[in-house]
Amino acid sequence: MEIERHEYDVVVIGAGGAGLRAAIEARQQGKRTAIVCKSLFGKAHTVMAEGGAAAAMGNVNSDDNWMVHFRDTMRGGKFLNNWRMAELHAKEAPDRVWELEAWGALFDRTKDGKISQRNFGGHQYPRLAHVGDRTGLEMIRTLQQRVVALQQEDEKLHGDPEAYIRVFQECTVTRLLKTGDGPGDPISGAFGYWRENGRFILFDAPAVVLATGGIGKSYVVTSNSWEYTGDGHALALLAGAKLINMEFIQFHPTGMVWPPSVRGILVTESVRGDGGVLRNSEGRRFMFDYIPDVFKDQYATTEEEGDRWYNDQANNRRPPELLPRDEVARAINSEVKAGRGSPQGGVYLDVSTRLPAAEITRRLPSMHHQFKELADVDITKEPMQVGPTCHYIMGGVEVDADSAAASVPGLFAAGEVSGGMHGSNRLGGNSLSDLLVFGRRAGAGASAYVDGLKARPVVSEESVATARAEAMAPLERDGENPYEVHHELQRTMNELVGIIRKAEEITQALEAVEKLKERAKGVGAIGGRIYNPGWHLALDLRNMLLVSECVARAALKREESRGGHTRDDFPGMSPEWRRKLLVCGASADGSSVTVEEKVQPGMRDDLIKLFDRAELKKYITDEELAAFDALVKE
Amino acid sequence: MGYKAKFRVWRGEGGEGRLEDFTVEVNEGEVVLDIIHRLQATQAPDLAVRWNCKAGKCGSCSMEINGKPRLGCMTRMSTFAEDETITVTPMRTFPVIKDLVTDVSFNYQKAREIPSFTPPAGVQPGEYRMQQIDVERSQEFRKCIECFMCNNVCHVIRDHEENKPAFAGPRFLMRIAELDMHPYDVVDRKDSAQEDHGLGYCNITKCCTEVCPEHIKITDNALIPMKERVVDRKYDPLVWLGDKIFKRSRSTKG
Ligand SMILES: Cc1cc2nc3c(=O)[nH]c(=O)nc-3n(C[C@H](O)[C@H](O)[C@H](O)COP(=O)(O)OP(=O)(O)OC[C@H]3O[C@@H](n4cnc5c(N)ncnc54)[C@H](O)[C@@H]3O)c2cc1C
Ligand code: SF4
Ligand code: SF4
Ligand code: FES
Repeated sequence: MEIERHEYDVVVIGAGGAGLRAAIEARQQGKRTAIVCKSLFGKAHTVMAEGGAAAAMGNVNSDDNWMVHFRDTMRGGKFLNNWRMAELHAKEAPDRVWELEAWGALFDRTKDGKISQRNFGGHQYPRLAHVGDRTGLEMIRTLQQRVVALQQEDEKLHGDPEAYIRVFQECTVTRLLKTGDGPGDPISGAFGYWRENGRFILFDAPAVVLATGGIGKSYVVTSNSWEYTGDGHALALLAGAKLINMEFIQFHPTGMVWPPSVRGILVTESVRGDGGVLRNSEGRRFMFDYIPDVFKDQYATTEEEGDRWYNDQANNRRPPELLPRDEVARAINSEVKAGRGSPQGGVYLDVSTRLPAAEITRRLPSMHHQFKELADVDITKEPMQVGPTCHYIMGGVEVDADSAAASVPGLFAAGEVSGGMHGSNRLGGNSLSDLLVFGRRAGAGASAYVDGLKARPVVSEESVATARAEAMAPLERDGENPYEVHHELQRTMNELVGIIRKAEEITQALEAVEKLKERAKGVGAIGGRIYNPGWHLALDLRNMLLVSECVARAALKREESRGGHTRDDFPGMSPEWRRKLLVCGASADGSSVTVEEKVQPGMRDDLIKLFDRAELKKYITDEELAAFDALVKE
Repeated sequence: MGYKAKFRVWRGEGGEGRLEDFTVEVNEGEVVLDIIHRLQATQAPDLAVRWNCKAGKCGSCSMEINGKPRLGCMTRMSTFAEDETITVTPMRTFPVIKDLVTDVSFNYQKAREIPSFTPPAGVQPGEYRMQQIDVERSQEFRKCIECFMCNNVCHVIRDHEENKPAFAGPRFLMRIAELDMHPYDVVDRKDSAQEDHGLGYCNITKCCTEVCPEHIKITDNALIPMKERVVDRKYDPLVWLGDKIFKRSRSTKG
């Protein structure tokens, strides 16, 4: 059958915040740009983000600035972050948020008419620009409408709204194409299929931006949707690029636990930011028992002080419910394990005794709605039951901070699919701003790369034939139901490479994944090519399995506990390990994963000087500390 | 407390199809979308349905359940009797691609026809100052998750293919109202709402408001005020009645 072909300068895979911002940038720089996404335009995961976008605008507390934001981000990530990314992010986030406003976004306001900002875990000052608890919706709609505005401009100028930017919706990319098989061979395009009719499509393009989001669908309990099958992570690996930090997965402390069918659906951190507290079955605010040493000085030690903080932040410390997510998730996990959980296996999150009902419905309308509709719980009258849920992957494609370029020429990555920015743990609100900052940089990076090319890289026809055969295979087989393999993988990852990990369990998981890989080769899809979810899932399995293997192999290798990686058998945080990144690559035939250690470059002098010696001492080696002392003396 | 429910699901593609009967397990707390997923996993792996968030936030899973437009992920099974047969069909106003999935490109086309947000020249990003009270009206409309159920239910285009070119549907008439009420938008949208996007076709039956899963008061807060702005006078039921008859005769002409 004919393969539909298109030529573009830049192909952006993903239409969430990162992808749309990248595409807008590429188009604004005059590049012919395609946006490809698996769902309808405007439905990407970003739409679900609730709490807000972190940007040190200083609208609510004028003491806030990029340096404070930078420090918070590094602390949240336990100093494993790519500091250059954290720096760019903290510096550029305000401009990116203001730009949205100029494109029509309507954020909630302060009394003096500026963008209002709310408190969130790990952020020293109120910092999250938000719209109630539907910030992601506002963001994606604004970017979507910006794309439409550019199309209207093009229609006026060129008579064709799709002359410079076109959305290919419900279209899944299954392979990146290159000029050859070597890791240094450049990108020449992408291959995929239309979900709607199963026809194949080929993009001939010198630059590809990956903005495919996360991997949560490899877990049973997750806040992520079906789209999160780690496609971009796998596409990058198969194209010869590297992934870093794959062992770090954020389990959000508060997912719904009941009813079973909604288990994992997110309960926004804004509930705690706005005053909600966590209690165990004995009614105790247990988070006071879990303040780790590194954060001792920054959190309230009594309920009274914690409560005063909401109104007087200058003279009180914040309540420990607002510790970074990894800490809160582990604490909930321990309480439940110790038998102090709620009847449905979570803990209580209560805002009903903390705020007047009208205030709750004003500030948290979609949470109110969600609990009422899905769980018959009125959050203005009773506590919610919550527990940890697989939420976000810190790991992703290794990129250059400034240009978002991956190691393969012509390949770029931004948003959740990229790695480094958040280190071992992401702060709430730092993703939405990350999407904007690095989405824009990826669009600019890709445009600059295209400008610098002498000739368009040519798609190798052999790779097209291989990609086509690979995509057809499940339809041509009469094999196992792909849903079974998927469920087995989800259970394996949830139970064996979840919040708390240990060597023998991870080893078991790796053995299980190996077996599942064999089974995946035999899955079949009944039915035809038109909108066939069984076939789509069969193709997604390759990606989920590859990515799960990365997570497990890296998790086995890192013998310490840090952020989104907790090893029962290595409970301490090790300064030696802080200097090491684990880099995953695919074996030559793409069927398995390799993991290598790499040294993390030290922080630039002016940036490390933003921290106190006492704080650094908790994270860095003696050798690094000596270098710091010498630096400060100069 | 699981039980077996009787489902009738529309199956088909390319303009042909039929209702297919299923008996399927239902567990406590489940929603209609869960049951559709169970059918996919156990009996009909190629059954097509759209979904993403499973929490009423993305507007993907619009379908008609016992003839009523609903989000599959927000329709609890407990709202039906255990012996009731539940009929699930695709949205009627849009062409079916397969099973429960419809071609909603009409909506994206209409979205592109509405002139975009246009701020005054010279206001730099970061300089915008707006009071909460002034953004709240447009914010209500921006809660829209684009499930397109209001467009699906509106009688102007449900079963009236011929009106589609001239009518943007409640979703996008509301978008015009949203921009019109935006404190920084400078475009005059009143004439074009009427002339280019078919505001006059709406005779405020409020069916759109009734189905909106975000409980946006589309008719009262967006369409009626927009109509008032168009006729440039205060809303008065009697005047409006005359107005409505006038508009009907005009709309049949156009
Ligand atoms: C419930 C929830 C609440 C959250 N709340 C917040 C918050 O308040 N603040 C915050 O900062 N962060 C929050 N996050 C995290 C944040 O929303 C995500 O990390 C972020 O939206 C990811 O954006 P993205 O642009 O990287 O990808 P996404 O928005 O996920 O988009 C991925 C895109 O890639 C496409 N895609 C994937 N694979 C393919 C393929 N093979 N072919 C073609 N297209 C493909 C998808 O269709 C989609 O369009 C939340 C996350 C969840 C799940
Ligand atoms: S109120 Fe107007 S737009 Fe809404 S359904 Fe009725 S006629 Fe259609
Ligand atoms: S206005 Fe309501 S019904 Fe219409 S598309 Fe938006 S959310 Fe759906
Ligand atoms: S799946 Fe998102 S609204 Fe139903």
